[in-house]
Amino acid sequence: MQEKIILGKEEIRRSLARIAHEIVEKNKGASNIALIGIWTRGAFLSKRLRNLIEKIEGVTVPAGVLDITFYRDDLKIRGLKQPGRTSIDFNFEGKTVILVDDVLYTGRTARAALNALMDYGRPSRVQLAVLVDRGHRELPIKPDFVGKNIPTSKNEEIRVYLEEIDGKDSVVIRSVEE
Amino acid sequence: MRHLITVKDLSLEDVNAIFMLADSFYEQIDSRPIKKVPLLTGKTVALLFSEPSTRTRVSFELAAKRLSADTVTITQSTSSMKKGETLEDTARTLSQYGIDLLVIRHSKAGAPDIISSLGLFPVVNAGDGKRSHPTQALLDAYTIYREYGKIKGLKVAIIGDILHSRVARSNFEILRMFGCRIFVLGPTSMIPSYLPEDVVRLENIEQAIEECDLLYFLRIQFERFNEREVVDIDTYRRKYALTRERFEKIKKRDLRIMHPGPVNRGIEIDSEAVDSEFSLVFKQVKFGLYVRMGILAYLLSERSEEIEVPY
Repeated sequence: MQEKIILGKEEIRRSLARIAHEIVEKNKGASNIALIGIWTRGAFLSKRLRNLIEKIEGVTVPAGVLDITFYRDDLKIRGLKQPGRTSIDFNFEGKTVILVDDVLYTGRTARAALNALMDYGRPSRVQLAVLVDRGHRELPIKPDFVGKNIPTSKNEEIRVYLEEIDGKDSVVIRSVEE
Repeated sequence: MRHLITVKDLSLEDVNAIFMLADSFYEQIDSRPIKKVPLLTGKTVALLFSEPSTRTRVSFELAAKRLSADTVTITQSTSSMKKGETLEDTARTLSQYGIDLLVIRHSKAGAPDIISSLGLFPVVNAGDGKRSHPTQALLDAYTIYREYGKIKGLKVAIIGDILHSRVARSNFEILRMFGCRIFVLGPTSMIPSYLPEDVVRLENIEQAIEECDLLYFLRIQFERFNEREVVDIDTYRRKYALTRERFEKIKKRDLRIMHPGPVNRGIEIDSEAVDSEFSLVFKQVKFGLYVRMGILAYLLSERSEEIEVPY
């Protein structure tokens, strides 16, 4: 299986810094936004974005984690795999919620996340931030903030590795056998 | 097709998976306004109850509904079973309506096996006669886990009417699976003549309070007594009940008490103890819902080894 590195540590850092600036610009500051990361890697990315926004604006925005396991339309529960941990300990009613994920692909995860989010409350607006958009959408979903667009074929796989759980920062592409 | 008829149908891995699901459901649903996830949308769960039940029936019905499954309830007295329709034919009939899973409570031991052997849909035993009540045992073990942060190695005393108790039998199985040390205490007439090898009989309740980590009281099941079986309540209370005086010692030792419900207040446990912070009785009820959600989700979801779920 051949692997090719698409983003290294520095590129990921710069992409996130740019996204943080774009979020602040688009929302005219950070006073009325909340970040919610989709478990697993979206959760860590949203924490990084929170720190970056804090540096830019001097405001700590609320950040939460959303597990969408029970909202998927292609669910397979794998018995021994620990389900994610949802923690949203703030009220986002009236706020703009920015959903954060590592890879945007078919759009089904984002769809599930939107449904899950609405069961927790009613945000005034929802935006979507992803580190990688690899195309092949199956649903009408469009991200607001993208780290990098990576054209892929369907028999390729994108893996995002993050320091917090993988011990390194990188995005790789590899082909998988059918 | 997987069934849950006795605890022995589950491996330790299965139980862990169910507990993880229960954790997630509790965490995601308990405190939020919309207490529902779409996991089992389009599935139908049938509840066949031929014995009285509050907790088990309500929690299974709510568990199914909170997973977005449809439910249908059949009770013996208002269904064709009253006209003599057999269990098999009742099951075959339900299967024509596209039932995906059946939860059954029945006064006869073995009734769930009659249906599961037809292979129509997964069957969950919600209590059959004196034999087995696996979902109660699961929720008990889960409650212990939530309270103590572990199950392994705990010393558990099960006190009272062991003979008529399917709860005791199923708890033996699950506590054994987790490596607990199991003790029993009760009137000789309520202790089965054959006890599993690893179950130790205690002499008196003081010994249980001194030596165990957890006291599990059983309800005296008057409705299962035959004509020759009698119990003198005063004698029973004097020897086996959690009275106010004994409760003082429980507090001092910081022990926890459990009971499957319904509690005969003032017989097995005095009210003061039932309602105290040392009692897990109502936690058992609460966690029962989430454990039963875990059971339904586990039995009705496809599992795949290849797919790295969920994300």
